[in-house]
Amino acid sequence: MKPFAYVRAGTVEEATGALAAHPGARCLGGGTNLVDLMKLGVERPDVLVDVTRLPLDTVEELPDGSLRVGATVRNSDLAAHPLVRDRYPALSQALLAGASGQLRNAATTGGNLLQRTRCPYFQDLSKPCNKREPGSGCGAREGTHRDHAVLGHSAHCVATHPSDMSVALAALGARVELLGDDGAREIPADRFHRLPGDHPERDTEIRPGELITGVLLPAATASLPSAYRKARDRASYAFALASVAAVLGTADDGTVTHVGLAFGALAHKPWRAERAEAALRGAPATADAFAHAVGLELEAARPLRDNGYKVPLARNLAVDVLTRLARTARTQEDR
Amino acid sequence: MHRSETTLTVNGKPHTLHLDHRRVLLDLLREDLGLTGAKKGCDHGQCGACTALVDGRRVNTCLLLAVTLDGREVTTVEGLTDGGETPHPLQRAFLDRDAFQCGYCTPGQICSAVGALAEAAAGHPSHVTDPAAPSGRPVPLDAAEIRERLSGNLCRCGAYPHIVEAVEDVS
Amino acid sequence: MTGTALGAAAERREGHLKVTGGARYAAEHPLPGRAHAWPVPATVARGRVTAVDTTAALDLPGVLTVLTHENAPRLTEPGDPTLAVLQDPGVPHRGWFVALVVARTLEEARAAAGAVRVEYAVEDHDVTLTADHPEAYEPETANAGHPARREYGDPDGAVDSAPVRVDVSYRVPPLHNHPMEPHTSTAHWEGDRLVVHTSSQGGNAVRATLAALFELPEDRITVDTRHVGGGFGSKGTPRPDVVLAAMAARETGRPVTVALPRRQLAAVVGHRAPTLHRLRLGAGPDGRLTGLTHDIVTHSSRIKEFVEQAAVPARVMYATPSSRTLHRVVRLDVPSPSWMRAPGESPGMYALESAMDELATALGMDPVQLRLRNEPDREPDSGKPFSSRNLAACLREGARRFGWDRRDPRPGARTEGPLLVGTGVAAATYPVLVQPSTAEARALPDGTFTVRINATDIGTGARTVLAQVAADTLGVPLERVRTEIGDSELPSASLAGGSSGTASWGWAVHDACTRLGGLLGGLTGRLPAEGVTARADTDGRANAESPYARHAFGAHFAEVTVDTVTGEVRVRRMLGVFAAGRVLNARTARSQFIGGMVMGLGMALTEGSTMDAAFGDFTESDLASYHVPAHADVPAVEAHWIDEDDAHLNPMGSKGIGEIGNVGSAAAVGNAVHHATGVRYRELPLTPDKVLAGLTSARGG
Repeated sequence: MKPFAYVRAGTVEEATGALAAHPGARCLGGGTNLVDLMKLGVERPDVLVDVTRLPLDTVEELPDGSLRVGATVRNSDLAAHPLVRDRYPALSQALLAGASGQLRNAATTGGNLLQRTRCPYFQDLSKPCNKREPGSGCGAREGTHRDHAVLGHSAHCVATHPSDMSVALAALGARVELLGDDGAREIPADRFHRLPGDHPERDTEIRPGELITGVLLPAATASLPSAYRKARDRASYAFALASVAAVLGTADDGTVTHVGLAFGALAHKPWRAERAEAALRGAPATADAFAHAVGLELEAARPLRDNGYKVPLARNLAVDVLTRLARTARTQEDR
Repeated sequence: MHRSETTLTVNGKPHTLHLDHRRVLLDLLREDLGLTGAKKGCDHGQCGACTALVDGRRVNTCLLLAVTLDGREVTTVEGLTDGGETPHPLQRAFLDRDAFQCGYCTPGQICSAVGALAEAAAGHPSHVTDPAAPSGRPVPLDAAEIRERLSGNLCRCGAYPHIVEAVEDVS
Repeated sequence: MTGTALGAAAERREGHLKVTGGARYAAEHPLPGRAHAWPVPATVARGRVTAVDTTAALDLPGVLTVLTHENAPRLTEPGDPTLAVLQDPGVPHRGWFVALVVARTLEEARAAAGAVRVEYAVEDHDVTLTADHPEAYEPETANAGHPARREYGDPDGAVDSAPVRVDVSYRVPPLHNHPMEPHTSTAHWEGDRLVVHTSSQGGNAVRATLAALFELPEDRITVDTRHVGGGFGSKGTPRPDVVLAAMAARETGRPVTVALPRRQLAAVVGHRAPTLHRLRLGAGPDGRLTGLTHDIVTHSSRIKEFVEQAAVPARVMYATPSSRTLHRVVRLDVPSPSWMRAPGESPGMYALESAMDELATALGMDPVQLRLRNEPDREPDSGKPFSSRNLAACLREGARRFGWDRRDPRPGARTEGPLLVGTGVAAATYPVLVQPSTAEARALPDGTFTVRINATDIGTGARTVLAQVAADTLGVPLERVRTEIGDSELPSASLAGGSSGTASWGWAVHDACTRLGGLLGGLTGRLPAEGVTARADTDGRANAESPYARHAFGAHFAEVTVDTVTGEVRVRRMLGVFAAGRVLNARTARSQFIGGMVMGLGMALTEGSTMDAAFGDFTESDLASYHVPAHADVPAVEAHWIDEDDAHLNPMGSKGIGEIGNVGSAAAVGNAVHHATGVRYRELPLTPDKVLAGLTSARGG
């Protein structure tokens, strides 16, 4: 780890000021990924701006019924928050499916969004990785890539985004709040992360000097059944092999009125299943319809040599979660 | 510019240190304060052996830069005995249940269990908590809950079944 | 052995220290001026170092020295080539250490290690093991001196002509020991004396190795191994950390700690080599074996021939008129494999016990009955009588406790919603090993006793059980016996490995106490202030050839669920029954049996490492990617035992228990997965990718 200067920001202005004053500075939240990567030499910031004491550590309900989650709310607190558990169960479940109790106590909402891939080639300075060192090549494409992307990868990068939380945010239609020199802006959560394309070194749409201040959870999905499910190599404390977050609204006649569906661990970003969603809107909320729609989505999959299993796994997960949500929706109507 | 003065309380005692910014809490405890109860198993938040409590919450001390902890209160396994020789009920339960072998993961398991019991009492759900359970109320801890909540603490000796029994004894 | 201490569930003597954080491991000894070292691993799979530029590293603050093959102290040639660190520019595999940075602090050492620039002349490498690799050869012996090949009868002919045949291949991937305490040593020189605190399974071996490498008399070296954070075989021999620490301490004149980073372990502390198994079984309609072949191919490194003796348990297990057990090995540009808990038995019994399950299926026979049908009268390969063999009793007792008779034998017959549920059984065996050791027992005037022996407690509870042996032998209450272990100043003892520790050390302790009892019987009046001391050395007796085949046996039963949505397998319950002589401490023995079973669960479901063909290293180098089981993977695990009265072992009548819990447990889980799904998976671990693929193809999907 390279020596670095440390700035403890007490206000948002201090934080953005420090980021503006020190190009290349990194924000330090829980540090559960950043410090890990600094130890490995993958991240080598000159300046760390500690944002954990910013007054962004609350979950508040806005007048329009949406929820605003501060960027420094810890993952464990967010998962346990009664409004989150009651209105956005997929988000609570996604958070609880990730990492460990200790890591969730430290990790922040903003930091979770900004965590980086666990691709072993990215983490190993002695190997080529276009994300870590553009132009050096990709060790995973022909190497060990059972955990890697099947959707949206490029010749330059086959990494996946490791976050569980971000998958739920994408399905729920959340928005990420940013604050920079040009003022505040919002990005839909499903567009916050990028596909690798020719620039795998850029994980997200965040601009230099910008600070994540919070996440907005929309009122529109607050009352709908939602869920998150993850498949992994061990029963806990493991990254996803594939995961799915879904939110489903149905009409009295059993047709789909609202659907949000996103996959984790299949791509460089949480994969919003827009094609499947389009096919489902107005369709009957049945297992057959779900299977058909998910199948359409996964037609775009381009598995690598050793990760073809992810396609049926993702399909099974999505159909299972959607089917259960449809059942929940029916039960709610029956009441 | 690469060092700062930081004051934090460890097991009830205040310490002011002129810290290399790179120093993590785990190394501060072990190298600067001689508190070697927190163990280094992986140094990357992947095993839980370094678990201690910061302001009462369990964390991986290997990933926590010490300079960020100004004003915080840290409790390590050494601090659970209440200054005397009398072990904490969880420490006693680990002895009663033979909930360890080599002992290297043990301080982390115990600190993690202390934190997990507090989390459950505060109504924090886990991955295995029924999503329909009412929010904001204490979560009863059965064996499945304990297993899930302690999964951030690896034990290569495979003492898990006895650790779960020990935590059940205290919960 | 007339006392009451043996067999009691005595609490661990170091338990209080361990639960309160007071037990000091190898990196935890406060020494003024102590420096930290960080190794620099090679980044090529084969070649040689052509240049090392340490300028930038040496310019960093706090750096004391950078050792390379150009300036490191010269060592005499080690018996173990993996210890010849920084002696020449050769790079036998990726991850081999090419430099060592020593600095005042951990942070400075790590940063400087990243600043060392190494250039290499790179050669083509081959790290890929295949069953038909052209360079595979039959070694003279496999690990532990077992002949590479044993053959009797006409096994191929017998199998070919058998009414019922099984001809199958299995693959066990590379596995890593990953004890929770990484391999660590702290060394300091006090004048011409070397003191090391090291995480090792045997302090005497460390001392002998250092004495040879540094050309010192052994009595000028002290090795402290009081607390060791697990080993599972990987600390059975000295590792580079202790050699580097001694070198660095000598070069810097300071105490130096080398605590190997977790990510570097896979390359330098040994691993369980991958094994490719081909098993052919022939049987009559009654289930009796007519022929058996177990051929394995494994890998070793260019610098060391280590051959996982995976075909050896087939020489012990079942009666068959013809048999071939054969090991072949391919030397590749891979890290050197070594011992990992139950080397040979663990992967070998996975394959053999899976094949027996397949044979039971082919016969339409209950797998417990099949094993009972093939119980031998004598050890099949050697023809020796067994000193005791209670596999049948373990199978019957386990079946009774598990409720095996209620099992519907049809595969895929039991479902719970999306889950398939199945149960499986497998047998276990592990040899009785024992090594010579020495011990001292002292009676003190206050009525207490001290037992001194350089045994190592890697988590087994050696302090406790040796006190029990002493108390029983002396016929005194357990509280009156102290044990001193883990220090090379104590009478020398064998290593904690091969499940031999308690038998070997206990024998020496028993003999010393017996002699002490004799001395005390001849004394009258008060003991002298220094007490009365007796010594014992079991050399010549403990290591004498036995006319008996001596093995522990056991039976595992497992119940699993397989999720048809995800392919995730979870163990719901696991039960083992073991016959391992006399159990000396019910509490610590249970923990060891269970611990072995949990490691077997990991082998079955979660653990596996991948050799990267392009780069020549194990991809799963950390604990986030190499999945040892977590709490949530491990259900209630029960261990039971059958007391054996075996007069042909040692004075305590015990067999080793550290490894047998591991042997066969993976097969029981795998057999349960077959019972649940009807699909036979033959490659470990049974991760969702493989299981889901099997389910999908089985359903024609």
